[in-house]
Amino acid sequence: MNKTRLALALPFALATLASVAAAPAAAQTVRWAAAGDALTMDPHSQNEGPTHVMNHQVYDSLVFRDQAMKLAPRLATAWKITEDPNVWEFKLREGVKYHNGNPFTADDVVFSIQRAKHENSDMKGLLTSVVEVVKVDEHTVRMRTDGPNPLLPNNLTNLFIMDREWSEANKVMLPQNYKAGDETFAVRNANGTGPFRLVKREPDVRTELERNEDYWGKGTYPMEVAKVVFTPVRSAATRVAALLSGEVDFLLDPPVQDLERLSAAKGIVVRSGPENRTIFLGMNQGAAELRSADVKGRNPFADKRVRAAMNIAINRDAVKRVVMRGQSVPAGIVAPPFIDGYDKAMDVVPAPDVARAKALLAEAGYPNGFAVTLSCPNDRYVNDEAICQAVTGMFGQIGVKARLDARPKSIHFAELPKGELDLYMLGWGVPTMDSHYVFHYLYETRTDKGGSWNVTGYSSAKVDELTKAMNREIDLGKRAGMVAEVWKTVQDDVVYLPIHHQMLNWAMKDDIDFPVQSENYPYFKLLKYRK
Amino acid sequence: MPAFILRRLLQSVLVMLTVALVSFGLFRFIGDPVNNMVGQEATMAERAALRESLGLDDPVPVQFLRFVVNAAQGEFGVSYRMARPVADVIAERLPATLELALISGFGALALGIALGVYTALRRDGWLSHAIMSLSLVGVSLPTFLIGILLIYVFAVELKLLPAFGRGEVVDLGWWTTGLLTTSGLKSLVMPAITLGLYQLTLIMRLVRAEMLEVLRTDYIKFARARGLTDRTVHFGHALRNTLLPVITITGLQIGSIIAFAIITETVFQWPGVGLLFITAVQFVDIPVMAAYLVLIALIFVVINLIVDLLYFVVDPRLRVQRTGRGQ
Repeated sequence: MNKTRLALALPFALATLASVAAAPAAAQTVRWAAAGDALTMDPHSQNEGPTHVMNHQVYDSLVFRDQAMKLAPRLATAWKITEDPNVWEFKLREGVKYHNGNPFTADDVVFSIQRAKHENSDMKGLLTSVVEVVKVDEHTVRMRTDGPNPLLPNNLTNLFIMDREWSEANKVMLPQNYKAGDETFAVRNANGTGPFRLVKREPDVRTELERNEDYWGKGTYPMEVAKVVFTPVRSAATRVAALLSGEVDFLLDPPVQDLERLSAAKGIVVRSGPENRTIFLGMNQGAAELRSADVKGRNPFADKRVRAAMNIAINRDAVKRVVMRGQSVPAGIVAPPFIDGYDKAMDVVPAPDVARAKALLAEAGYPNGFAVTLSCPNDRYVNDEAICQAVTGMFGQIGVKARLDARPKSIHFAELPKGELDLYMLGWGVPTMDSHYVFHYLYETRTDKGGSWNVTGYSSAKVDELTKAMNREIDLGKRAGMVAEVWKTVQDDVVYLPIHHQMLNWAMKDDIDFPVQSENYPYFKLLKYRK
Repeated sequence: MPAFILRRLLQSVLVMLTVALVSFGLFRFIGDPVNNMVGQEATMAERAALRESLGLDDPVPVQFLRFVVNAAQGEFGVSYRMARPVADVIAERLPATLELALISGFGALALGIALGVYTALRRDGWLSHAIMSLSLVGVSLPTFLIGILLIYVFAVELKLLPAFGRGEVVDLGWWTTGLLTTSGLKSLVMPAITLGLYQLTLIMRLVRAEMLEVLRTDYIKFARARGLTDRTVHFGHALRNTLLPVITITGLQIGSIIAFAIITETVFQWPGVGLLFITAVQFVDIPVMAAYLVLIALIFVVINLIVDLLYFVVDPRLRVQRTGRGQ
């Protein structure tokens, strides 16, 4: 009799206990919104911010950038260059399991790197230096590069590790090929080792994640969030309304014009931090003459004095105050503050000086200025078109009559690579956190090998040579010297007109303690609640 | 009758081909999808290779022909943005748009006719004046503003209705519906009002004007003289004769609320085809845009066909003429 009663009571008691334990967890659901959804769950198909944000929750990379933007261990616990300077060795975390229970091993790393290097992959650009990946033992891999590459780990922060067996079973050994037609299994399904498992994926509508209770990082990270629900909300006003009405807890991209209102609202806080993106203007200095200018037979931007005049015509503080409502950091250099090789002394914001700018223009032979078209996107960066409008007025003060041509990003960025724009806006982020990335894409002479975003026609043998050399230099002191020298050269040449570093703002309910991560990657495993 | 329907369907093929041709002519001006499909590290050569493999370098007529040939086989390609077959994506999104459009359309029709009749019959009543003045708001305020206003009042301030989304949906296999759950119904209220308000006021004003016109005609006077009840005169004779223009307008409007629910869907993050289209435009997702525009053309053609058929039902003269000629 007693036994029966106990047998009946025990599960009940256990269930009560379980429900007590589960109660606070159940409450810890984060519902969040942003303008756009991840394009796919296939981690190597797209090299794009929102896609990486989602994959960072479900998959793990070998290393990642923590809240302080430092390289931190993830699936790799240690990494070093071996005696052979061309070979990196990664020690892998032991005892890690995928969401389906498969163990994580060196084979998966070899497989994932090879997958990401495949022609269909959009991540291959970050792995061009890797020629070979070999498994040493179950928890060690070595990567051979085509020369010493001191920065290899910097390129692996968004490189997610997939399960080889799962990929084989679901026929997703290769990233999706757009031409092939059909959707692959990995587009809406995922099997990572990450802190959350994918429960439901309706592209553009709703994505639900659930805490991975077996996550290796359970003791290391707060892991307070039990469930993550993501809904993309395109319209900015609706996104803000959803936070105000309490339907979402966290907004990744609150519009700048609503920040004051959100900060003033009860129960909502806005957290800010510097973003990994600098906004600047480029001038076509290589062409014989500008297409849109009223000056024929010569190119005003080829003259350094003209570029210097343009540079001091811009009142960056006014742009910050009036256009950005304080949400920007005026810049004197095309690189955000936290990257390697950034020098505060270089990032001096040029003081606006109309008289001196006019004198420089006169000296260069343009006492009455000239007319030119300024091409801008109108849906890519924060207040991009408004910045261009403001700058147009400032150029007008020194006699440079800029005609603003603001167009959607899909048109602006289709025109840009043709190298035919005279004066244009561009924003640049540095995912590798190293100056080399900036030099390689923005300053190197434009060839098949580099300078793919340098559409200014700027070409300096010294910059090209040092940029190539620094990528092979493993003596970090020497390398830093090279980086500083390139910065000095390009700053002296006034290749670009930096405007500002963008700021990131995250809006959330005030019981959430979640500082801004400068890559704009919310790692929900790091989110904490205020008690 | 079958010959008539067949002729109209053949015409519709022509309409759809024209729409596809015009859209392909325009696509080249909205930008380059390749830039959205690769990361910033991709080299020029890689970009060129992708452009080539997608056939974006081919002349417009070639791209158009390829689209038509594939579409004729039911093959609409893969979305550049979502990496999924376009037909699947549209089939997934269509129920949301159709539910929203039909509910707001029929709601607007029912209420519009009722209010139109009421204001015509009680021309000088204070309620009629109030309704007429209020209806000005419906015609003059732009859709997105009405949407934002509703969100502000009912979601942010009163916290009664959800600000965005479709709520919980029930998957019937071939159709997803939000009509069977409370959250689904609550989510439907504001978008349906936003989308239907303009049509409601339009129909109401039209019905009122037509009613007033008809009530002045001789046969209404004779009907009254015959001693018929007000009810028979108003609804049997007057209303019936006002319906022809109302049907035409409603048909056109239903087409346009399905096709142009874009703004409402964007404001409320309603996961329908309109939202899909606007996102596709921004990404230059050509396969989705092409399929959407052709689908919309089809919807317009079908609705117009239904409207023409309704004329036969409402207007006995058409039937008489047809049969007369047939004899």
